[in-house]
Amino acid sequence: MKVDRDTLHKIAHLARIKVNPAQEEAYINNLSEILDWVEKLNEVDTDGVEPLTHMTMETNMWREDETKEHLSHEKGLALAPKKDSDYFRVPKVK
Amino acid sequence: MLTKELLNKYTPVVGLEVHAQLLTNSKMYCTDQNQYGSLPNTNIGVITLGHPGTLPMVNRKAIEYGIKMGLACGCAISRHNYFARKNYFYPDLPKGYQISQDKTPLCMDGSVDIMLKDGSQHSIRLTRIHLEEDAGKSIHLDHEKDTLVDFNRAGVPLIEVVTEPDIRSSEQAYALLTEIRKLVRYLAICDGNMEEGSLRCDANISVMPKGSDTFGNKVEVKNMNSIRNVQRAIEFEIERQIMLVEKGETIVSETRTFDAIAGVTHSMRTKEDLNDYRYFPEPDIAPLHINEEWINQIKAEMPSLPQQLFRQFTQEFGLPTYDAQVLTDTKEIALYFEEMCKNTSNYKAASNWMMGPIKSYLNELTLHIKDFPLSPKQITKVIAIIDEGKMSFSAAAQKLFPELINNPQMQPIELAKQLNLLQESDLGMILPLIEEVLEQYPDKVAEYKSGRKNLIGLFMGEVMKKSRGKADPKATSKLLKEKLEA
Repeated sequence: MKVDRDTLHKIAHLARIKVNPAQEEAYINNLSEILDWVEKLNEVDTDGVEPLTHMTMETNMWREDETKEHLSHEKGLALAPKKDSDYFRVPKVK
Repeated sequence: MLTKELLNKYTPVVGLEVHAQLLTNSKMYCTDQNQYGSLPNTNIGVITLGHPGTLPMVNRKAIEYGIKMGLACGCAISRHNYFARKNYFYPDLPKGYQISQDKTPLCMDGSVDIMLKDGSQHSIRLTRIHLEEDAGKSIHLDHEKDTLVDFNRAGVPLIEVVTEPDIRSSEQAYALLTEIRKLVRYLAICDGNMEEGSLRCDANISVMPKGSDTFGNKVEVKNMNSIRNVQRAIEFEIERQIMLVEKGETIVSETRTFDAIAGVTHSMRTKEDLNDYRYFPEPDIAPLHINEEWINQIKAEMPSLPQQLFRQFTQEFGLPTYDAQVLTDTKEIALYFEEMCKNTSNYKAASNWMMGPIKSYLNELTLHIKDFPLSPKQITKVIAIIDEGKMSFSAAAQKLFPELINNPQMQPIELAKQLNLLQESDLGMILPLIEEVLEQYPDKVAEYKSGRKNLIGLFMGEVMKKSRGKADPKATSKLLKEKLEA
Protein backbone atom coordinates (compact mmCIF):
# COMPACT_ATOMS: atom_id res chain seq x y z
CA MET A 1 0.00 0.00 0.00
CA LYS A 2 1.35 3.38 -1.00
CA VAL A 3 1.36 6.04 1.73
CA ASP A 4 0.45 9.41 0.26
CA ARG A 5 1.85 12.79 1.26
CA ASP A 6 -1.28 13.78 3.25
CA THR A 7 -1.10 10.60 5.29
CA LEU A 8 2.57 11.27 5.99
CA HIS A 9 1.76 14.78 7.19
CA LYS A 10 -1.03 13.46 9.37
CA ILE A 11 1.16 10.80 10.96
CA ALA A 12 3.89 13.36 11.53
CA HIS A 13 1.43 15.70 13.21
CA LEU A 14 0.02 12.96 15.44
CA ALA A 15 3.55 11.99 16.48
CA ARG A 16 4.52 15.67 16.86
CA ILE A 17 7.49 15.17 14.56
CA LYS A 18 8.72 17.79 12.11
CA VAL A 19 9.60 16.13 8.83
CA ASN A 20 12.18 17.82 6.68
CA PRO A 21 10.53 18.26 3.22
CA ALA A 22 13.70 16.92 1.60
CA GLN A 23 13.19 13.65 3.45
CA GLU A 24 9.50 13.24 2.78
CA GLU A 25 9.98 11.03 -0.27
CA ALA A 26 12.22 8.67 1.69
CA TYR A 27 9.68 8.43 4.51
CA ILE A 28 6.89 7.73 2.08
CA ASN A 29 8.86 4.89 0.55
CA ASN A 30 9.86 3.47 3.91
CA LEU A 31 6.36 3.51 5.34
CA SER A 32 4.90 2.04 2.17
CA GLU A 33 7.40 -0.81 2.28
CA ILE A 34 6.51 -1.57 5.89
CA LEU A 35 2.82 -1.65 5.04
CA ASP A 36 3.44 -3.89 2.05
CA TRP A 37 5.36 -6.30 4.23
CA VAL A 38 2.68 -6.39 6.93
CA GLU A 39 0.01 -6.80 4.26
CA LYS A 40 1.32 -10.29 3.65
CA LEU A 41 -0.73 -11.22 6.74
CA ASN A 42 -3.86 -10.57 4.71
CA GLU A 43 -3.12 -13.82 2.85
CA VAL A 44 -4.04 -15.78 5.96
CA ASP A 45 -7.70 -16.74 6.32
CA THR A 46 -8.72 -15.39 9.77
CA ASP A 47 -12.44 -16.00 9.48
CA GLY A 48 -13.76 -17.12 12.83
CA VAL A 49 -10.46 -16.45 14.63
CA GLU A 50 -10.72 -14.24 17.70
CA PRO A 51 -8.23 -11.36 17.63
CA LEU A 52 -5.19 -12.06 19.77
CA THR A 53 -4.94 -9.11 22.13
CA HIS A 54 -2.27 -10.40 24.50
CA MET A 55 0.77 -12.62 24.18
CA THR A 56 0.28 -14.56 27.42
CA MET A 57 -2.67 -16.46 28.82
CA GLU A 58 -2.58 -14.50 32.09
CA THR A 59 -5.80 -12.88 33.29
CA ASN A 60 -6.88 -10.82 36.29
CA MET A 61 -3.44 -9.57 37.25
CA TRP A 62 -4.94 -7.04 39.62
CA ARG A 63 -3.86 -5.76 43.00
CA GLU A 64 -5.67 -4.76 46.17
CA ASP A 65 -6.35 -1.05 46.77
CA GLU A 66 -3.31 -0.24 48.86
CA THR A 67 -0.94 2.70 48.75
CA LYS A 68 2.77 2.07 48.91
CA GLU A 69 5.79 4.27 49.19
CA HIS A 70 6.27 6.25 46.02
CA LEU A 71 8.59 8.95 44.75
CA SER A 72 9.27 11.95 46.93
CA HIS A 73 8.37 15.32 45.54
CA GLU A 74 12.06 16.18 45.01
CA LYS A 75 12.94 12.88 43.35
CA GLY A 76 9.89 13.04 41.11
CA LEU A 77 10.84 16.48 39.86
CA ALA A 78 14.57 15.75 39.67
CA LEU A 79 14.64 14.64 36.03
CA ALA A 80 12.31 17.34 34.71
CA PRO A 81 14.00 19.51 32.07
CA LYS A 82 12.28 22.52 33.60
CA LYS A 83 10.64 22.87 37.01
CA ASP A 84 10.15 25.10 40.02
CA SER A 85 9.79 24.13 43.66
CA ASP A 86 6.22 22.87 43.10
CA TYR A 87 5.55 22.15 39.44
CA PHE A 88 6.82 20.62 36.24
CA ARG A 89 7.13 23.44 33.72
CA VAL A 90 6.36 22.93 30.06
CA PRO A 91 6.11 25.26 27.06
CA LYS A 92 2.81 27.10 27.23
CA VAL A 93 -0.14 25.15 25.84
CA LYS A 94 -3.72 26.20 25.64
CA MET B 1 -34.32 36.31 20.67
CA LEU B 2 -35.53 32.79 21.12
CA THR B 3 -39.29 32.89 21.47
CA LYS B 4 -41.44 30.05 22.70
CA GLU B 5 -42.86 29.57 19.21
CA LEU B 6 -39.38 29.27 17.76
CA LEU B 7 -38.25 26.83 20.44
CA ASN B 8 -41.36 24.74 19.75
CA LYS B 9 -40.30 24.28 16.13
CA TYR B 10 -37.21 22.33 17.22
CA THR B 11 -36.28 19.28 19.26
CA PRO B 12 -33.04 19.58 21.23
CA VAL B 13 -31.00 16.38 21.37
CA VAL B 14 -28.50 16.03 24.19
CA GLY B 15 -26.23 13.27 25.43
CA LEU B 16 -23.95 13.49 28.44
CA GLU B 17 -20.52 12.08 29.20
CA VAL B 18 -19.99 12.05 32.93
CA HIS B 19 -16.62 11.37 34.52
CA ALA B 20 -16.55 10.36 38.18
CA GLN B 21 -13.32 10.06 40.18
CA LEU B 22 -13.47 6.92 42.27
CA LEU B 23 -12.93 7.07 46.02
CA THR B 24 -10.12 4.53 46.15
CA ASN B 25 -7.04 4.86 48.35
CA SER B 26 -4.60 4.30 45.50
CA LYS B 27 -4.56 5.15 41.82
CA MET B 28 -6.00 3.16 38.92
CA TYR B 29 -2.82 1.42 37.77
CA CYS B 30 -0.32 2.03 40.60
CA THR B 31 -0.02 2.37 44.37
CA ASP B 32 0.43 6.16 44.52
CA GLN B 33 -1.98 7.86 46.84
CA ASN B 34 -5.31 9.05 45.40
CA GLN B 35 -5.92 12.18 47.41
CA TYR B 36 -7.46 15.50 46.43
CA GLY B 37 -5.88 18.71 47.74
CA SER B 38 -2.35 17.43 48.45
CA LEU B 39 0.60 19.74 47.76
CA PRO B 40 1.46 19.75 44.04
CA ASN B 41 3.38 16.73 42.74
CA THR B 42 3.52 14.84 46.02
CA ASN B 43 1.33 11.85 45.02
CA ILE B 44 3.58 10.75 42.20
CA GLY B 45 5.58 7.67 41.32
CA VAL B 46 7.40 6.19 38.35
CA ILE B 47 4.21 4.78 36.81
CA THR B 48 2.28 8.04 37.24
CA LEU B 49 5.15 9.91 35.60
CA GLY B 50 5.39 7.42 32.75
CA HIS B 51 9.00 6.44 33.34
CA PRO B 52 10.29 3.83 30.90
CA GLY B 53 10.24 0.20 31.97
CA THR B 54 7.40 0.54 34.45
CA LEU B 55 4.32 -1.66 34.36
CA PRO B 56 0.79 -0.70 35.39
CA MET B 57 -1.34 -3.00 37.55
CA VAL B 58 -5.11 -2.64 37.86
CA ASN B 59 -6.72 -1.62 41.15
CA ARG B 60 -9.35 -4.28 41.94
CA LYS B 61 -11.42 -1.84 43.98
CA ALA B 62 -11.83 0.45 40.96
CA ILE B 63 -13.29 -2.45 38.96
CA GLU B 64 -15.61 -3.26 41.85
CA TYR B 65 -16.80 0.37 41.99
CA GLY B 66 -17.39 0.38 38.24
CA ILE B 67 -19.44 -2.81 38.51
CA LYS B 68 -21.46 -1.26 41.37
CA MET B 69 -22.40 1.70 39.21
CA GLY B 70 -23.28 -0.64 36.36
CA LEU B 71 -25.53 -2.75 38.56
CA ALA B 72 -27.19 0.40 39.96
CA CYS B 73 -28.04 1.48 36.40
CA GLY B 74 -29.22 -1.95 35.25
CA CYS B 75 -26.28 -2.42 32.85
CA ALA B 76 -24.96 -5.67 31.52
CA ILE B 77 -21.52 -6.32 33.06
CA SER B 78 -18.92 -7.40 30.49
CA ARG B 79 -17.44 -10.73 31.54
CA HIS B 80 -14.35 -10.31 29.35
CA ASN B 81 -12.62 -6.98 29.50
CA TYR B 82 -9.40 -5.67 28.17
CA PHE B 83 -7.96 -2.21 28.45
CA ALA B 84 -7.04 0.01 25.51
CA ARG B 85 -4.49 2.68 24.80
CA LYS B 86 -5.89 6.00 23.72
CA ASN B 87 -2.97 7.82 22.11
CA TYR B 88 -2.52 11.57 22.21
CA PHE B 89 0.10 14.06 23.26
CA TYR B 90 -0.56 16.55 25.98
CA PRO B 91 1.83 17.59 28.77
CA ASP B 92 -0.51 16.41 31.54
CA LEU B 93 -0.41 12.88 30.11
CA PRO B 94 3.21 11.81 30.60
CA LYS B 95 2.96 8.36 28.98
CA GLY B 96 1.64 9.82 25.71
CA TYR B 97 -1.47 7.66 26.05
CA GLN B 98 -4.33 7.18 28.44
CA ILE B 99 -5.19 3.65 29.54
CA SER B 100 -8.92 3.42 28.97
CA GLN B 101 -11.40 0.88 27.65
CA ASP B 102 -12.59 0.88 24.07
CA LYS B 103 -14.15 -2.25 22.56
CA THR B 104 -15.09 -3.90 25.86
CA PRO B 105 -16.46 -1.32 28.28
CA LEU B 106 -17.03 -2.72 31.78
CA CYS B 107 -20.77 -1.98 31.61
CA MET B 108 -23.12 -1.81 28.63
CA ASP B 109 -26.65 -0.50 28.16
CA GLY B 110 -28.74 0.18 31.27
CA SER B 111 -30.58 3.39 32.09
CA VAL B 112 -31.14 6.09 34.69
CA ASP B 113 -34.67 7.20 35.58
CA ILE B 114 -35.41 10.82 36.27
CA MET B 115 -38.44 12.77 37.45
CA LEU B 116 -39.04 16.39 36.48
CA LYS B 117 -40.72 19.15 38.46
CA ASP B 118 -44.01 18.59 36.60
CA GLY B 119 -43.99 14.98 37.84
CA SER B 120 -43.21 13.48 34.41
CA GLN B 121 -40.84 10.53 34.41
CA HIS B 122 -38.20 9.71 31.82
CA SER B 123 -35.78 6.88 31.37
CA ILE B 124 -32.43 7.94 29.89
CA ARG B 125 -30.57 5.04 28.31
CA LEU B 126 -26.87 4.54 28.88
CA THR B 127 -24.53 3.48 26.11
CA ARG B 128 -21.74 2.34 28.37
CA ILE B 129 -19.72 2.85 31.53
CA HIS B 130 -16.01 2.26 31.24
CA LEU B 131 -12.93 2.54 33.41
CA GLU B 132 -10.01 4.84 32.72
CA GLU B 133 -7.44 7.06 34.38
CA ASP B 134 -7.49 10.80 34.93
CA ALA B 135 -4.82 13.10 33.48
CA GLY B 136 -2.68 15.53 35.47
CA LYS B 137 -3.69 19.12 35.99
CA SER B 138 -2.32 21.85 33.73
CA ILE B 139 -2.26 25.34 35.13
CA HIS B 140 -2.17 28.18 32.63
CA LEU B 141 -1.39 31.51 34.29
CA ASP B 142 -1.51 34.75 32.29
CA HIS B 143 1.72 36.11 33.72
CA GLU B 144 3.63 32.86 33.20
CA LYS B 145 5.47 31.92 30.03
CA ASP B 146 5.22 28.25 30.97
CA THR B 147 2.33 25.93 31.68
CA LEU B 148 2.62 24.40 35.15
CA VAL B 149 1.76 20.73 35.56
CA ASP B 150 0.70 18.89 38.70
CA PHE B 151 0.63 15.08 38.32
CA ASN B 152 -1.19 14.28 41.57
CA ARG B 153 -4.38 13.70 39.59
CA ALA B 154 -2.67 11.69 36.83
CA GLY B 155 -3.74 8.06 37.15
CA VAL B 156 -6.69 8.68 39.49
CA PRO B 157 -9.35 6.08 38.66
CA LEU B 158 -12.37 7.30 36.71
CA ILE B 159 -15.57 5.84 35.43
CA GLU B 160 -17.01 7.48 32.36
CA VAL B 161 -20.78 7.19 32.05
CA VAL B 162 -21.95 7.79 28.48
CA THR B 163 -25.65 8.32 27.79
CA GLU B 164 -27.56 7.81 24.60
CA PRO B 165 -28.78 11.06 22.98
CA ASP B 166 -32.09 10.66 24.84
CA ILE B 167 -32.16 14.01 26.63
CA ARG B 168 -34.62 16.53 25.19
CA SER B 169 -34.24 19.58 27.45
CA SER B 170 -31.79 21.31 29.77
CA GLU B 171 -34.09 20.46 32.66
CA GLN B 172 -33.80 16.75 31.85
CA ALA B 173 -30.01 17.08 31.74
CA TYR B 174 -30.09 18.79 35.14
CA ALA B 175 -32.27 16.03 36.61
CA LEU B 176 -30.11 13.30 35.08
CA LEU B 177 -26.86 14.69 36.40
CA THR B 178 -28.45 15.19 39.83
CA GLU B 179 -29.57 11.56 39.75
CA ILE B 180 -26.13 10.30 38.68
CA ARG B 181 -24.51 12.32 41.47
CA LYS B 182 -27.03 10.90 43.93
CA LEU B 183 -26.22 7.37 42.73
CA VAL B 184 -22.44 7.67 43.05
CA ARG B 185 -22.88 9.16 46.51
CA TYR B 186 -25.31 6.42 47.64
CA LEU B 187 -22.85 3.85 46.34
CA ALA B 188 -20.01 5.74 48.08
CA ILE B 189 -17.83 5.37 44.98
CA CYS B 190 -17.35 9.11 44.30
CA ASP B 191 -17.94 12.21 46.42
CA GLY B 192 -19.75 13.91 43.51
CA ASN B 193 -18.10 17.28 44.06
CA MET B 194 -18.33 19.16 40.76
CA GLU B 195 -16.55 22.27 42.08
CA GLU B 196 -13.48 20.19 42.95
CA GLY B 197 -13.81 18.28 39.70
CA SER B 198 -14.41 14.85 41.19
CA LEU B 199 -17.57 14.75 39.04
CA ARG B 200 -17.29 16.29 35.57
CA CYS B 201 -19.67 16.50 32.68
CA ASP B 202 -19.40 17.16 28.95
CA ALA B 203 -22.54 17.61 26.89
CA ASN B 204 -23.14 16.75 23.23
CA ILE B 205 -25.82 19.07 21.96
CA SER B 206 -27.70 19.38 18.67
CA VAL B 207 -31.09 20.55 17.47
CA MET B 208 -33.39 19.21 14.77
CA PRO B 209 -36.74 20.37 13.38
CA LYS B 210 -39.63 18.89 15.32
CA GLY B 211 -40.78 15.63 13.77
CA SER B 212 -37.44 15.01 12.07
CA ASP B 213 -35.58 11.80 12.74
CA THR B 214 -32.18 13.04 11.61
CA PHE B 215 -30.04 14.64 14.29
CA GLY B 216 -28.37 17.96 13.54
CA ASN B 217 -24.60 18.45 13.70
CA LYS B 218 -23.54 18.07 17.31
CA VAL B 219 -21.43 20.38 19.40
CA GLU B 220 -19.51 19.17 22.43
CA VAL B 221 -19.48 21.58 25.37
CA LYS B 222 -16.90 21.25 28.13
CA ASN B 223 -15.85 23.07 31.28
CA MET B 224 -19.04 23.21 33.30
CA ASN B 225 -18.29 23.02 36.99
CA SER B 226 -21.76 22.72 38.48
CA ILE B 227 -25.00 20.99 37.59
CA ARG B 228 -26.63 24.39 37.21
CA ASN B 229 -23.93 25.43 34.74
CA VAL B 230 -24.52 22.30 32.67
CA GLN B 231 -28.15 23.37 32.43
CA ARG B 232 -27.20 26.96 31.53
CA ALA B 233 -24.69 25.86 28.90
CA ILE B 234 -27.27 23.59 27.27
CA GLU B 235 -29.87 26.37 27.28
CA PHE B 236 -27.41 28.76 25.67
CA GLU B 237 -26.30 26.23 23.10
CA ILE B 238 -29.88 25.27 22.11
CA GLU B 239 -30.69 28.94 21.55
CA ARG B 240 -27.47 29.60 19.63
CA GLN B 241 -28.01 26.63 17.35
CA ILE B 242 -31.69 27.37 16.67
CA MET B 243 -30.86 30.98 15.78
CA LEU B 244 -28.14 29.80 13.37
CA VAL B 245 -30.42 27.26 11.71
CA GLU B 246 -33.16 29.92 11.41
CA LYS B 247 -30.68 32.15 9.59
CA GLY B 248 -29.98 29.25 7.23
CA GLU B 249 -26.46 28.66 8.52
CA THR B 250 -24.93 25.27 9.23
CA ILE B 251 -23.85 24.19 12.69
CA VAL B 252 -20.13 23.45 12.84
CA SER B 253 -19.34 20.20 14.64
CA GLU B 254 -16.80 21.38 17.17
CA THR B 255 -15.80 21.52 20.80
CA ARG B 256 -16.87 24.58 22.76
CA THR B 257 -16.13 25.73 26.26
CA PHE B 258 -18.63 27.28 28.66
CA ASP B 259 -17.88 30.67 30.18
CA ALA B 260 -19.90 30.63 33.40
CA ILE B 261 -19.56 34.37 34.06
CA ALA B 262 -20.83 35.49 30.66
CA GLY B 263 -23.16 32.49 30.39
CA VAL B 264 -22.02 31.74 26.81
CA THR B 265 -20.03 29.06 24.99
CA HIS B 266 -16.89 29.78 22.93
CA SER B 267 -15.36 27.73 20.18
CA MET B 268 -12.12 26.06 21.21
CA ARG B 269 -11.18 24.85 17.75
CA THR B 270 -7.54 23.87 17.76
CA LYS B 271 -5.33 21.45 15.92
CA GLU B 272 -6.34 18.96 18.63
CA ASP B 273 -9.47 18.42 16.55
CA LEU B 274 -7.30 16.51 14.13
CA ASN B 275 -6.72 13.92 16.82
CA ASP B 276 -6.99 10.31 15.95
CA TYR B 277 -6.64 8.28 19.10
CA ARG B 278 -5.55 5.06 17.38
CA TYR B 279 -6.90 2.82 20.14
CA PHE B 280 -5.32 -0.59 20.48
CA PRO B 281 -5.41 -3.27 23.19
CA GLU B 282 -3.16 -2.30 26.12
CA PRO B 283 -0.39 -4.89 26.06
CA ASP B 284 0.81 -4.14 29.61
CA ILE B 285 -2.41 -5.18 31.34
CA ALA B 286 -3.73 -8.73 31.23
CA PRO B 287 -7.40 -9.12 30.27
CA LEU B 288 -9.97 -9.22 33.06
CA HIS B 289 -12.39 -12.08 33.43
CA ILE B 290 -15.20 -11.14 35.75
CA ASN B 291 -17.04 -14.14 37.10
CA GLU B 292 -20.61 -14.57 38.30
CA GLU B 293 -19.52 -15.15 41.87
CA TRP B 294 -17.86 -11.75 42.17
CA ILE B 295 -20.84 -9.98 40.59
CA ASN B 296 -23.22 -11.74 42.99
CA GLN B 297 -21.06 -10.80 45.93
CA ILE B 298 -21.12 -7.13 44.85
CA LYS B 299 -24.89 -7.35 44.32
CA ALA B 300 -25.33 -8.65 47.86
CA GLU B 301 -23.35 -5.71 49.23
CA MET B 302 -25.28 -3.04 47.32
CA PRO B 303 -26.91 -0.40 49.54
CA SER B 304 -30.54 0.66 49.05
CA LEU B 305 -30.70 3.03 46.10
CA PRO B 306 -32.60 6.32 45.93
CA GLN B 307 -35.23 4.97 43.50
CA GLN B 308 -35.93 1.95 45.69
CA LEU B 309 -36.22 4.11 48.80
CA PHE B 310 -38.42 6.57 46.93
CA ARG B 311 -40.80 3.75 46.01
CA GLN B 312 -40.75 2.40 49.56
CA PHE B 313 -41.46 5.82 51.04
CA THR B 314 -44.31 6.61 48.65
CA GLN B 315 -45.87 3.16 48.28
CA GLU B 316 -45.29 1.42 51.62
CA PHE B 317 -45.20 4.48 53.86
CA GLY B 318 -47.83 6.44 51.88
CA LEU B 319 -45.76 9.63 51.87
CA PRO B 320 -46.32 12.44 49.34
CA THR B 321 -43.91 12.55 46.37
CA TYR B 322 -42.39 15.78 47.66
CA ASP B 323 -41.56 14.24 51.05
CA ALA B 324 -40.05 11.16 49.43
CA GLN B 325 -37.89 13.31 47.16
CA VAL B 326 -36.49 15.39 50.00
CA LEU B 327 -35.96 12.32 52.18
CA THR B 328 -34.03 10.41 49.50
CA ASP B 329 -31.90 13.39 48.49
CA THR B 330 -28.94 12.02 50.41
CA LYS B 331 -28.27 8.53 51.62
CA GLU B 332 -27.61 9.65 55.20
CA ILE B 333 -30.94 11.48 55.51
CA ALA B 334 -32.74 8.50 53.95
CA LEU B 335 -31.08 6.04 56.33
CA TYR B 336 -31.87 8.20 59.36
CA PHE B 337 -35.48 8.38 58.25
CA GLU B 338 -35.63 4.64 57.57
CA GLU B 339 -34.30 4.05 61.08
CA MET B 340 -37.04 6.26 62.54
CA CYS B 341 -39.65 4.27 60.67
CA LYS B 342 -38.49 1.10 62.38
CA ASN B 343 -39.69 2.60 65.67
CA THR B 344 -42.85 4.39 64.65
CA SER B 345 -45.67 3.69 62.27
CA ASN B 346 -46.53 7.38 62.09
CA TYR B 347 -44.43 7.82 58.92
CA LYS B 348 -45.83 11.21 58.04
CA ALA B 349 -44.91 12.52 61.49
CA ALA B 350 -41.40 11.11 61.10
CA SER B 351 -41.16 12.81 57.70
CA ASN B 352 -42.39 16.12 59.16
CA TRP B 353 -39.76 15.94 61.89
CA MET B 354 -37.04 15.18 59.36
CA MET B 355 -38.02 17.92 56.92
CA GLY B 356 -38.97 20.44 59.62
CA PRO B 357 -37.13 20.73 62.94
CA ILE B 358 -34.20 18.41 62.14
CA LYS B 359 -33.40 19.93 58.73
CA SER B 360 -33.75 23.50 60.01
CA TYR B 361 -31.42 22.71 62.89
CA LEU B 362 -28.84 21.19 60.51
CA ASN B 363 -29.16 24.05 58.02
CA GLU B 364 -28.85 26.70 60.69
CA LEU B 365 -25.59 25.27 62.01
CA THR B 366 -24.52 23.92 58.56
CA LEU B 367 -24.19 20.48 60.09
CA HIS B 368 -24.35 17.11 58.38
CA ILE B 369 -26.91 14.58 59.58
CA LYS B 370 -24.07 12.38 60.84
CA ASP B 371 -23.22 15.15 63.34
CA PHE B 372 -26.82 15.38 64.57
CA PRO B 373 -26.76 14.59 68.31
CA LEU B 374 -30.12 12.84 68.58
CA SER B 375 -30.69 9.24 67.57
CA PRO B 376 -33.66 8.33 65.34
CA LYS B 377 -35.09 6.49 68.36
CA GLN B 378 -35.12 9.66 70.46
CA ILE B 379 -37.18 11.44 67.81
CA THR B 380 -39.65 8.56 67.54
CA LYS B 381 -40.10 8.71 71.32
CA VAL B 382 -41.04 12.37 70.96
CA ILE B 383 -43.48 11.41 68.18
CA ALA B 384 -45.04 8.82 70.52
CA ILE B 385 -45.53 11.46 73.25
CA ILE B 386 -47.34 13.69 70.75
CA ASP B 387 -49.42 10.80 69.41
CA GLU B 388 -50.52 9.94 72.96
CA GLY B 389 -51.89 13.46 73.20
CA LYS B 390 -49.47 14.47 75.93
CA MET B 391 -47.86 17.30 74.00
CA SER B 392 -48.56 19.39 70.91
CA PHE B 393 -46.20 19.26 67.92
CA SER B 394 -45.38 22.94 68.32
CA ALA B 395 -44.47 22.58 72.02
CA ALA B 396 -42.35 19.55 71.14
CA ALA B 397 -40.60 21.27 68.23
CA GLN B 398 -40.07 24.61 69.91
CA LYS B 399 -39.42 23.69 73.53
CA LEU B 400 -38.61 20.02 73.99
CA PHE B 401 -36.50 19.56 70.83
CA PRO B 402 -33.85 22.24 71.61
CA GLU B 403 -33.56 21.03 75.20
CA LEU B 404 -33.26 17.44 74.05
CA ILE B 405 -30.40 18.42 71.76
CA ASN B 406 -28.59 19.80 74.80
CA ASN B 407 -29.39 16.64 76.77
CA PRO B 408 -29.29 13.89 74.15
CA GLN B 409 -28.91 11.17 76.79
CA MET B 410 -32.18 12.01 78.55
CA GLN B 411 -35.45 10.21 78.02
CA PRO B 412 -37.74 12.65 76.15
CA ILE B 413 -40.65 11.94 78.48
CA GLU B 414 -38.55 12.68 81.59
CA LEU B 415 -37.23 15.87 80.09
CA ALA B 416 -40.76 16.93 79.11
CA LYS B 417 -41.90 16.37 82.70
CA GLN B 418 -38.95 18.33 84.02
CA LEU B 419 -39.77 21.20 81.69
CA ASN B 420 -43.41 20.97 82.67
CA LEU B 421 -44.46 20.54 79.02
CA LEU B 422 -46.80 17.58 79.33
CA GLN B 423 -50.42 18.25 78.62
CA GLU B 424 -53.07 17.05 80.95
CA SER B 425 -55.33 14.65 79.16
CA ASP B 426 -56.25 13.16 82.50
CA LEU B 427 -59.97 13.74 82.73
CA GLY B 428 -59.80 13.98 86.52
CA MET B 429 -57.69 17.10 86.12
CA ILE B 430 -59.57 18.70 83.23
CA LEU B 431 -63.14 18.12 84.38
CA PRO B 432 -63.03 20.42 87.44
CA LEU B 433 -61.56 23.18 85.26
CA ILE B 434 -64.38 22.80 82.73
CA GLU B 435 -66.99 22.91 85.43
CA GLU B 436 -65.39 26.03 86.90
CA VAL B 437 -65.49 27.78 83.51
CA LEU B 438 -69.09 26.81 82.76
CA GLU B 439 -70.19 28.13 86.16
CA GLN B 440 -68.34 31.36 85.50
CA TYR B 441 -70.23 32.08 82.23
CA PRO B 442 -73.87 30.99 82.63
CA ASP B 443 -75.09 33.47 79.93
CA LYS B 444 -72.62 32.13 77.37
CA VAL B 445 -73.64 28.58 78.18
CA ALA B 446 -77.27 29.53 77.50
CA GLU B 447 -76.27 31.20 74.21
CA TYR B 448 -74.32 28.10 73.19
CA LYS B 449 -77.30 25.93 73.94
CA SER B 450 -79.50 28.17 71.81
CA GLY B 451 -77.22 27.62 68.84
CA ARG B 452 -74.07 29.82 69.02
CA LYS B 453 -71.80 26.80 68.68
CA ASN B 454 -68.71 28.90 67.98
CA LEU B 455 -68.66 29.94 71.64
CA ILE B 456 -66.81 26.65 72.17
CA GLY B 457 -63.67 28.60 71.37
CA LEU B 458 -64.22 30.92 74.31
CA PHE B 459 -64.69 28.01 76.74
CA MET B 460 -61.63 26.24 75.32
CA GLY B 461 -59.54 29.35 75.78
CA GLU B 462 -60.62 29.74 79.36
CA VAL B 463 -59.90 26.10 80.23
CA MET B 464 -56.48 26.31 78.60
CA LYS B 465 -55.75 29.47 80.56
CA LYS B 466 -56.70 27.81 83.83
CA SER B 467 -54.55 24.77 83.02
CA ARG B 468 -51.70 27.08 82.03
CA GLY B 469 -51.65 25.54 78.59
CA LYS B 470 -51.23 21.99 79.78
CA ALA B 471 -54.70 20.67 79.03
CA ASP B 472 -54.71 18.43 75.99
CA PRO B 473 -56.82 20.35 73.46
CA LYS B 474 -58.37 17.23 71.91
CA ALA B 475 -59.50 15.74 75.22
CA THR B 476 -60.67 19.14 76.49
CA SER B 477 -62.77 19.93 73.44
CA LYS B 478 -64.38 16.49 73.50
CA LEU B 479 -65.24 16.78 77.17
CA LEU B 480 -66.50 20.35 76.81
CA LYS B 481 -68.93 19.33 74.06
CA GLU B 482 -70.18 16.44 76.14
CA LYS B 483 -70.82 18.76 79.09
CA LEU B 484 -72.51 21.48 77.04
CA GLU B 485 -74.70 19.13 75.08
CA ALA B 486 -75.66 16.93 78.00
